Amino acid sequence: MKPSELNMPKEKFEFASSNENLHDKELVTKPVSYFKDAWNRFKKNKASIAATIVIGILALYAIIAPIISPYSVAYKDAYYTFTEPMIFGGNRQKKGNEATFLSDYAISLETNRDVIVKGKYDSYITEDAYKKKIRMYEYKIDTYYSVGVVYMTLPAEKYQAIQEYQDANNVQIIYPWTDMSKNKIQFGEIPPQIETDGNIWYQLKMSNGKPVADVTYDTNGKPVYTDVYALYGSIEDGYTSKMRYEGEGNYQYAYATPVQNGNAYKVRIDYYNYYRYIHADERIDKPFFLFGTTNSGQDIFTCLASGARFSFFLAISVATVNMIVGAIYGAIEGYYGGKIDIIMERIVEILNAVPFMIVITLLKYNMEGTSQVLILFIAFFLTGWIGMAGRTRMQFYRFKNQEYVLAARTLGASDFRIMFKHIFPNSLGTLITSSVLVIPGMIFSETSLSYLGIINLNSGNLTSVGTLLANGQPYLVTYPHIILFPSIYICLLMLSFNLFGNGLRDAFNPSLRGAED
Amino acid sequence: MYMFKYILKRLGLMIMTFLIIFLISFVLIKRLPIVINVTIGQDKEIIEATLIARGYYDPIPVQLINYIKRIFQGDFGVGVNLPEYRNKPVWDVFVEKLPPTVLINVYSTIFSVPLGIALGIFAALKKNKWQDHVISTGVMVFISVPSIVTAFLVQYIFCFKLKWFPLTMKAGFDYFSPSMFRSMMPAVIAMSFGSIAGYARFTRAELTEVLTSDFMLLARTKGLTRGQATLHHALKNAMVPIFPSIVGEFISVLSGSLIIEKIYSIPGVGGLYLDSISYQDYDFFMMLSCFYILIGLVAAIVIDLSYGFIDPRIRMGAK
Repeated sequence: MKPSELNMPKEKFEFASSNENLHDKELVTKPVSYFKDAWNRFKKNKASIAATIVIGILALYAIIAPIISPYSVAYKDAYYTFTEPMIFGGNRQKKGNEATFLSDYAISLETNRDVIVKGKYDSYITEDAYKKKIRMYEYKIDTYYSVGVVYMTLPAEKYQAIQEYQDANNVQIIYPWTDMSKNKIQFGEIPPQIETDGNIWYQLKMSNGKPVADVTYDTNGKPVYTDVYALYGSIEDGYTSKMRYEGEGNYQYAYATPVQNGNAYKVRIDYYNYYRYIHADERIDKPFFLFGTTNSGQDIFTCLASGARFSFFLAISVATVNMIVGAIYGAIEGYYGGKIDIIMERIVEILNAVPFMIVITLLKYNMEGTSQVLILFIAFFLTGWIGMAGRTRMQFYRFKNQEYVLAARTLGASDFRIMFKHIFPNSLGTLITSSVLVIPGMIFSETSLSYLGIINLNSGNLTSVGTLLANGQPYLVTYPHIILFPSIYICLLMLSFNLFGNGLRDAFNPSLRGAED
Repeated sequence: MYMFKYILKRLGLMIMTFLIIFLISFVLIKRLPIVINVTIGQDKEIIEATLIARGYYDPIPVQLINYIKRIFQGDFGVGVNLPEYRNKPVWDVFVEKLPPTVLINVYSTIFSVPLGIALGIFAALKKNKWQDHVISTGVMVFISVPSIVTAFLVQYIFCFKLKWFPLTMKAGFDYFSPSMFRSMMPAVIAMSFGSIAGYARFTRAELTEVLTSDFMLLARTKGLTRGQATLHHALKNAMVPIFPSIVGEFISVLSGSLIIEKIYSIPGVGGLYLDSISYQDYDFFMMLSCFYILIGLVAAIVIDLSYGFIDPRIRMGAK
């Protein structure tokens, strides 16, 4: 076509949109950022979501429980040891011969509480090791009531104060004094185990060389005891309280024995009520141990939470420090490469070859006198940042030759800027994932170390899950509840952290986009 | 030829690493004050005199030279604070403690490797079916549950409730008697749970990847049955990364587990190591530390080299 043929009149041309401003079309789809994308993928993983919730609950327990609990880690009770957890009702299945049963039954009679749960028991006849027929009893015992009555020596003022408290609150704390000389007929000299057992208020007899309650059985088959309470007037008991033991008939009982010229009194104290009395100012209404108590009478609920709080705190702070140091070290290695890389890798290799146990032991003895927490922190740091550095190094090798890095360099960006502004954000997902994945390992190491006794965190208001496990281990067979709760806690924590970490890893892996289903 | 060179290079590096760690540990241990705990009937001065005669109060460099000289004569020092092993040569005690540790770990490896791999293969073949879900969940649980808890559970259920085994390991030196084997079983079972789960997970991951590769399709196309193809093609390739880890495990059986040894009171190396820490018996500690470090280094090299051994296409250290 010749140009002349293309000759069109100018009037035929028209502006396509003369009256409108031209705009780009608004984006219909929403942009999905890297983290948003990761979150979308994370949401689809049901197990990880569940794990996150469990971690949240465990963390909440670790933070809140020590605050709301009226007990502290340092709290110890001499009588409430091995107490069964309240969430299981606080009862323990017990199997014993007649002597054991009668002594437990006597406590319930004297204190008027259900020491034997609901008063229900099974008894049957069986043969002992010598083929002799014996009667055995099976029943549930309430571990809060079964402490019963204990001997105590109180200063005169405290003795008076308790009496006033008794009158004010209408509770019986001091129980009638016993006159063990009534038992002397059978024994001659009173054996020490009887002399120290506050729960013996009844006549005893000898059976197979052992003291047993001397009982008769009534028509319902219930045992009837003969008391050995001391009578009023025989001793100067200084008892002025109106509260008197309800079993008193025509007699009045004596309630204490003066010692140290009347400056102190030896009394029989009902420990359950006494416990309520001495803890009246605190937030403790009655002995109530949700997870039971340990062999030394510590509240497991509080101790476990404190240990858990410490584990969390330590693991998270170490993971953060490791991530920072490891990322910087790995970034330098990976970015510069060459000789720097080789030298730095050698250092890492050497540190990596030292077993963790050896690091912690050497630190422990060379830093004698320093706090164990600091030693633990340093040991975890010394061995922990290496993995982080290795992973960062790999990420930097992967990204450093990509075009956008070249572009940034061409534009004159400094090394530091390229490293932390351009490459680092790309590897952030992987790094966060791996630092989450090391947390359960760290908590486990901390638990094992304190379990093995290499690190002793059990001082003052600090304890650890490992220490609880170590203390409970000798009683695994007899009192499994001491170990049960720390074990459940550590299992749940490890499991949920692993699931959470796996979910995170998949979430930060963009190559999995659309791969599921 | 270059494989030989590569091995030499790795060995050289290993020895260097070992020497540096050895030196650091030695200095850090010798810096510590010497602790002598005596029980009734023992004379502190006599022990002190023995230690002075052995040069324990010399300057550290002198001690280092002496220590290395003595090592070449097979003398790793003597026990000082451990009441049972006072004045006994460290090396003899160590050799005496080795059999229980090794046996328990060997049993557990023999137990867990075939079982773990079998479970992994089964799960991979039944991928995304209920069998796979069951195995994978179990694997996740057993990998997560710490060995302390597994050991407690085994002790409570198998030893106490069911009374299959004694609560702790039997004392004595008859390591191959049936009663001894029975008393070792709880420890073996407790150790196995974790490694079975580990192997199952590893095998499943490797095998599922191999099963989807192209050569598997080719194998089926040329007429192999599914079983044949899996056994001869998939499994062989999947074993490439699994086998080295088994080899590594066999080497590290020497080191054992501290926790398991403590829970079941096994008279092994781990217990000795813990005792040497709590009693501050430095000669024991030094020797056992070297032992653990060496095991770790050797295991790393063997794992590395076994890659080339199982798959000739992998040439370690090639550019």
